[in-house]
Amino acid sequence: MVAIAIAIATFLIVFLIGPILTVIHTAFSDGSGGFTLAHFSAFSEISLMRESFANSLFVAGMTVLFATLIAVPLAYLTMRFQFRGAVLIQTLGVLPLIMPAFVGAAAMQLIFGRSGAVNLILNENFGFGLPIMEGLNGVIFVETLHYFPFILLNLSASLAAIDSSMEEAGQNLGASGWRLFRKVVFPLALPGYIAGASLVFIKVFDDLGTPLVLNVTNMLAPQAYLRVTSIGIEDPIGYVICVILVIFSIGAMGGAWWFVKRRDYALVSRGGAQAPKRQLTSWQTTLAYGWIIGVLMLVLSPHIGILLMSFFKVWSFSILPEQFTLAHYATVFSDSKQMIWNTLLYCGLAAVIDVLIGAAIAYIVLRTSIPGRQLLDHLVTVALAMPGLVLGIGYLRAFRGIELPFGAGALTASWFIFVIAYSVRRLPYALRSCMAALTQVHPALEEAAENLGAGRWQTIRRIVIPLMMGGILAGFVTSFITAAAEISETILLTSRESLAPMSYGIYLYFQSIAGRGPGAALSVIAITLVALGTYITHRIAATATPHQSIGANR
Amino acid sequence: MSYFTLCRHLIAATITALFAGATLADTISVVTSFPKELTAAYKKAYEAKYPQDKLEILNKNTAAGIAYVREQPAGSRPEVFWASAPDAFEVLSSQKLLVKIGPGSPSIPAKIGNYPVNDPEGFYRGQALAGYGLMWNTRYMDANKLPAPKEWADLVKPVYFGHLAISSPSRSGTTHLTVETILQGEGWTKGWAQVLAIGGNSAAITERSFGVPDGVSSGQFGIGLVIDFFGLAAKNSGMPVEFIYPSVTSIVPANIALIDGAKSSEAGKRFIDFTLSEEGQTLLLQKEISRLPVLPSIYAKAPAGYPNPFGGNIQAKVNFNANLSESRYYVVVSLFDQMITFRHKELAAAMKAIHDAERRLSGKASAQLDEARKLVLSPIVDEKQISDKKLLELFKAKKTDAEASKTKVKVEEEWASRAKANYARAIELASAAK
Repeated sequence: MVAIAIAIATFLIVFLIGPILTVIHTAFSDGSGGFTLAHFSAFSEISLMRESFANSLFVAGMTVLFATLIAVPLAYLTMRFQFRGAVLIQTLGVLPLIMPAFVGAAAMQLIFGRSGAVNLILNENFGFGLPIMEGLNGVIFVETLHYFPFILLNLSASLAAIDSSMEEAGQNLGASGWRLFRKVVFPLALPGYIAGASLVFIKVFDDLGTPLVLNVTNMLAPQAYLRVTSIGIEDPIGYVICVILVIFSIGAMGGAWWFVKRRDYALVSRGGAQAPKRQLTSWQTTLAYGWIIGVLMLVLSPHIGILLMSFFKVWSFSILPEQFTLAHYATVFSDSKQMIWNTLLYCGLAAVIDVLIGAAIAYIVLRTSIPGRQLLDHLVTVALAMPGLVLGIGYLRAFRGIELPFGAGALTASWFIFVIAYSVRRLPYALRSCMAALTQVHPALEEAAENLGAGRWQTIRRIVIPLMMGGILAGFVTSFITAAAEISETILLTSRESLAPMSYGIYLYFQSIAGRGPGAALSVIAITLVALGTYITHRIAATATPHQSIGANR
Repeated sequence: MSYFTLCRHLIAATITALFAGATLADTISVVTSFPKELTAAYKKAYEAKYPQDKLEILNKNTAAGIAYVREQPAGSRPEVFWASAPDAFEVLSSQKLLVKIGPGSPSIPAKIGNYPVNDPEGFYRGQALAGYGLMWNTRYMDANKLPAPKEWADLVKPVYFGHLAISSPSRSGTTHLTVETILQGEGWTKGWAQVLAIGGNSAAITERSFGVPDGVSSGQFGIGLVIDFFGLAAKNSGMPVEFIYPSVTSIVPANIALIDGAKSSEAGKRFIDFTLSEEGQTLLLQKEISRLPVLPSIYAKAPAGYPNPFGGNIQAKVNFNANLSESRYYVVVSLFDQMITFRHKELAAAMKAIHDAERRLSGKASAQLDEARKLVLSPIVDEKQISDKKLLELFKAKKTDAEASKTKVKVEEEWASRAKANYARAIELASAAK
């Protein structure tokens, strides 16, 4: 066990902490190894950088605000009221996440852009347009629709865990409606909200693909990317930006943690009866359905846009596209099969690594007494706060010139780098699932096995892993899906087209006029694959759960 | 236990895949800024003809491509560099990153206009020809009742305010060529006045040169400044767009070169020869590629109306001076970014104020308006300063030179704040003009 713990720690130090430290070191190094703050003062002297910084903060903040406005009513409605649209909301929660934000951005240009469908209709009928997709507005709009599920999912989970007696007490004391929500429900659900909101903030703050596709360059992540790719890996300003991204990410996570810790949110009775679902009055129902259908349409618009783009030849200055064709799919299948395979390979391997390490860490933390075992958990949490861009730049810098054995070429130019990068960044998701799964396995079961003469390994193999299977699978899928949609690292690490995964392929296709259709077709394939994967695991997880409870009863 | 069998299979598969990657075939890595349709067509044709070789495409924009080649250690560099901007090749050859491959086939003319098709020193060859021009969306123009433009100079008119799009030279080699062509064709001061006015009239300064044709063909923008094949390819693939060459254009070759310090130089050379062969040149005529071959005989196969730079249906008035362009490359790029890209909002506001004042005064002379125009439309670096060797050297200095990069940042910052102040003052003047 100790050997495994050390191996995992080494993996995390080499592929997570090392590259980050390299980035930080470069930002503070004066070229001859000494410490300097010159790069930071240079950064603060460039007005473009100050502006980018302010813009990134503004966009991330506004996105959190709008995502809150969308997600909070949705979560509250579904968790507290009798409502037939629950399936709809669940779909809402996953749909945006299975498509990279920048793909949605391309489609949303055609729907909400200057000459998109919506503005054409508005202009024709009312003589005005809405600048939804202009500059920073566009980034905020696209990111809001993409990331609000983080708040929705976390807040829903939090709401589900509140003991109904609290709300009943509130109601008995005469609170209802808005007052009940503001004074009782929301404060109790705050930990979930804060967790979701801080995640949204971090994701938006370091997103690269969306601003690039929308031609917004005066934000921090695009500036770091432009600096490092066009000026070179030596440019110190790029590293300064990385350090700032890291500080803000860790700050947002730490802030959220502190905020939740500061007050006591623990309830005396937990996991008790779910709050009874209340009835909506008829006008409330209308309002609620209206809100949900409106949001659903917004959320679906990029998916519909992409689907239309993939089947039509021309979509230019018109409300709907013209000239139906299947040629785009033919192009993708003849030119880009490799990319589909690459995505399956990289993300599959990365997810396997994630659940292996995740399950091992969960076991070490929860079941052994190795000193410092909590450290592994904390190390993994660092990955959650680490922007993909920073890790990508860190890899390029730290592993520069490292050759693989057997003449396989440089590490940074091989496909291993994708597997490693994806597995490191998605490890926290897999770890959470594995931890949750193992917490639910009662140690008595393992003790029973050991009493019957089973060794430790046998116990793990025959008892622990089968009982954890549901959680392991959930972890696998979360890692896989999120890795498949990852673009910041991917753009940086792709050195040759034959190594590129689908997300890069989509990005590349969207860079030429005749490529728009095939790019959309590849997106549709990617979304279908991911959606299929999600569905299958839901099924597997559903069949794995009863098995687990039988085991627990035995 | 099936779970562990699965793991064992996965590990075995990984190891097999590792060794499969290290086969013996020659792999030719091509760094290129060209779109996927073009690279895919060449990959397919070349690999069909030379099955023992494998073509690897490394798609990067020109600036990123140069940085990439420079950062690879000798011995593991890519084989071929293939891009539009001739200055990129000048940069590469001046840093001794290219192998001399000689002038190539005698059936390819030595010059197009005054411009040599191949590098006179033999480091790179012209592979296709490209001119710069204007592309517009016909539906957008009809809907907004805009007249079709003919020349760069047309684009400064108030009627086009908010309807143009241009990319930034720092991000796109082809845009740099367009800007440099205007600067050389009109002269430094007048050229910048035009470039600044175009920038001010633009709805967006896009991140990549491709953002412009993309936005025009989807109808986000009315008119874009593009390299010809973007416009022609969009038109030929059925988009409602038109493309013209203005008279201040230059026809320059898009080039291909063999990189020094690559693994399979021999195979790299084979690919270069293929792109210049009759077969390779014919690929350029494909609808979604639509580029101008350097081999004149190919034009006989072209569809009617295909532009032919050898037949005289494109008038190129400017004789592009690549040395001049290369010597001031970094300064021009940085100036554009500081005055236009990063200050676009302010510049557009100033331009609008000037257009409004012109309309209000309806042709009446006004000192304030003239002053506003001068503030907005003069380059921060004047004609005398741009020939200053010290400034040019400062911008060429190596990035690791901390002192130089600090001075450079200071100079750029000074430009930026001056530009910003000028635009703000111009808005005041123009709105008060009577």
